[in-house]
Amino acid sequence: MDWLTIFTTTVHAAIGWETVVYGLAAIGVNIHFGYTGLLNFGQAAFMAVAGYGLAVTVTVLNLPFWVGIFVGLGAAVLLALLMGIPTLQLRADYLAIVTIAAAEIIRLIFRSVQFKGVFGGSDGRRGFNGDFYAMNPYPEGRYGIGPIVFDERTLWLLTVGWIVVLLACGLVYLLMKSPWGRVLKAIREDEDAVRALGKNVFAYKMQSLVLGGVVGCFGGFFYGLYNGAVQPDVFGTEMTFFAYTIVILGGAARVFGPVVGAMIFWVLFVFIGNLLAELVANGYIPFMTSIQVGPIRYALVGLGFILLLIVRPQGIFGDKREIAIDAR
Amino acid sequence: MRRAVIAFTAFLGGLIFLLAGPAHAGPADCQGLKGTLKLQGQPVNGAKISVTTEGGQPVQEVTSNAQGIWDVQVDKPGKYKVTLDPGSLPQNSQVRGGNNVRTPTVYEGNCSTVLFALEAKGAAAGADQEATGESSFWAQAAQLAFEGLNLGLIIALGALGLSLIYGTTGLTNFAHGELVTLGAVLAYAFNVGFSIQLIPAAILAVVVAGALGYGQDRFFWGQLRKRGTGTIAMMIISIGVAILLRNLIQFFFGPQTETFTDYNTQAGLQLGPISAAPKNLWAMGIELAVLVVVGLALMKTRTGKAARAVSDNPALAASSGINVDRVIRIIWTGGGAIAALAGVMLGLSQSLKFTMGQDILLLIFAGVTLGGLGTAFGALVGSIVVGVFIQVSTLWVPPELKSVGALVVLIVVLLFRPQGILGRRERIG
Repeated sequence: MDWLTIFTTTVHAAIGWETVVYGLAAIGVNIHFGYTGLLNFGQAAFMAVAGYGLAVTVTVLNLPFWVGIFVGLGAAVLLALLMGIPTLQLRADYLAIVTIAAAEIIRLIFRSVQFKGVFGGSDGRRGFNGDFYAMNPYPEGRYGIGPIVFDERTLWLLTVGWIVVLLACGLVYLLMKSPWGRVLKAIREDEDAVRALGKNVFAYKMQSLVLGGVVGCFGGFFYGLYNGAVQPDVFGTEMTFFAYTIVILGGAARVFGPVVGAMIFWVLFVFIGNLLAELVANGYIPFMTSIQVGPIRYALVGLGFILLLIVRPQGIFGDKREIAIDAR
Repeated sequence: MRRAVIAFTAFLGGLIFLLAGPAHAGPADCQGLKGTLKLQGQPVNGAKISVTTEGGQPVQEVTSNAQGIWDVQVDKPGKYKVTLDPGSLPQNSQVRGGNNVRTPTVYEGNCSTVLFALEAKGAAAGADQEATGESSFWAQAAQLAFEGLNLGLIIALGALGLSLIYGTTGLTNFAHGELVTLGAVLAYAFNVGFSIQLIPAAILAVVVAGALGYGQDRFFWGQLRKRGTGTIAMMIISIGVAILLRNLIQFFFGPQTETFTDYNTQAGLQLGPISAAPKNLWAMGIELAVLVVVGLALMKTRTGKAARAVSDNPALAASSGINVDRVIRIIWTGGGAIAALAGVMLGLSQSLKFTMGQDILLLIFAGVTLGGLGTAFGALVGSIVVGVFIQVSTLWVPPELKSVGALVVLIVVLLFRPQGILGRRERIG
């Protein structure tokens, strides 16, 4: 048993790129679901259009990095508008079905042979993060304490990533304290009452969908920048589901809930995965093969999610009165 | 805090329970090239494939097995040349486009899949010839409409259960696709694992799936309803259930694609412009029979009437002496069984994979939404429309994007007639 590797990869996961990517996705979901009560099951689509927006602009159109970022942001806003118009006036389950369908449409288009020239088929696009790492102020080397070490590229990504995460948290904090945020929470509690007060519920919901999508799309950027590539199948329904698990674990409608949730989620996910893999590799679990560790890990996430929702839907820091799941 | 402890204990308990399951050896990690040769959905046995390095050094020669699968392991990552010997293919077939050489790249620790699309020799020439004429377009459209009807009936089986469960309990069940997969995988387990012929295996699978549907409501959803869990909460929980079931199925079944052992190779019958394997006709007959029987049961039997009463107004139904829980349990049993049947039929007409239910779930939703959420007959009409639409749209849309068309239609329907074809206005607000 290689306990040191298990320990270091677990600690890496707590502050690593996965936590940044999924933390941002979860902050977006928190704006949708936690504050406004919108069931957007297509968060992965926002991340996909952002990642691909950046990748295609840089690799296919040969435009600069910053143009790519703006294309990605624009694509996320556009997607939110397209998804919101048909569904935001309907009941919650329709929004859920349509967003999940929209995410699937986008994944299928990105991976299709028809558009291989643009999106690169199932291989996706790679080689668009050069400009990002060219801005790296850290000299080459390895940084860290004891066994927990990052190279200069990862450190740069994590620095920028955590700054964006904190900025997003600050934005959420300020917005939700404002009158605008109070309207969102009121919509979550009772849409009709808000309408009776003369507020344009549709417009508020749309703004929430756009804002959450834009925050989530930064997760897509960082995914692409860290991995140096975007592939369509990464942005499947599992990604959205993980974001939901993170929001509910940390506590919905809490500013730092998604961030803490992401840290705990990835620590548990990586720890259980590594532990199982080590146990299997060393023959302690004779009836399982190493390839079966993956599905078991995902199945455990599903099981944990179910138990969490049944036993403690407010998560670790949440307030039970602020959970939208029993309303309507 | 106490609750958190309970949750964690349950989590660990589940872990032990899961680990105690029987083993199924998945394929080991590999580095090389593999592929599956299929002609009109049937595996091609004994086709010769030779692999050489990019420079032409021979690596290995293999032949495809009874499942049409071939596999070559290589020592070094890099570019390789794969040649399929056209002479070793069945007499009436050829490689589509005529190019029988592929040059894939092998990455370290990865298996790359090499695709050779095969087609019938006469068919291709015929199609080219006919493509010039008006009649071929209609012949093709008829063939696709027939295939679409087949798919539509399968979707309808899934949609019926989903719609009935929604109607009686208000639950939008995102785990319904996994019930479809479960049926197929259970039938596969009986068919291949216990060497039972497919028809009794399918019946066993449907019975077991029905029992599991009953158990699911008795021990899970029913308990949640008793606790007063809201429908939105249950919908989110159902996504967790879907992830759990899908990955458990993958754990036991593995990530590969499989087929049943029976009815794989059947000669097609020519019915006017349509060619169909007898198994498809039988499957459609069975699907139609099941749909008619369930429809009649809903209209005529006491339980069916009770079910419709419950979906209209549970409180009123309960106060007029209907045992709502019993009705819901019957619906869950039936819904699970019908979904399993859909899975078997889907496995029969295509192939089995752990994601098959996930893939068809959105089409089921499209069918249900088109017909009207919560209406059993709307679900039937909507599903058949979706199935036919998907297949016929391949006349203009590349086949890999055919589901996209259906999902776009789903969104457009919500824009203009959100209650669906047969739905009622009050359900959407």
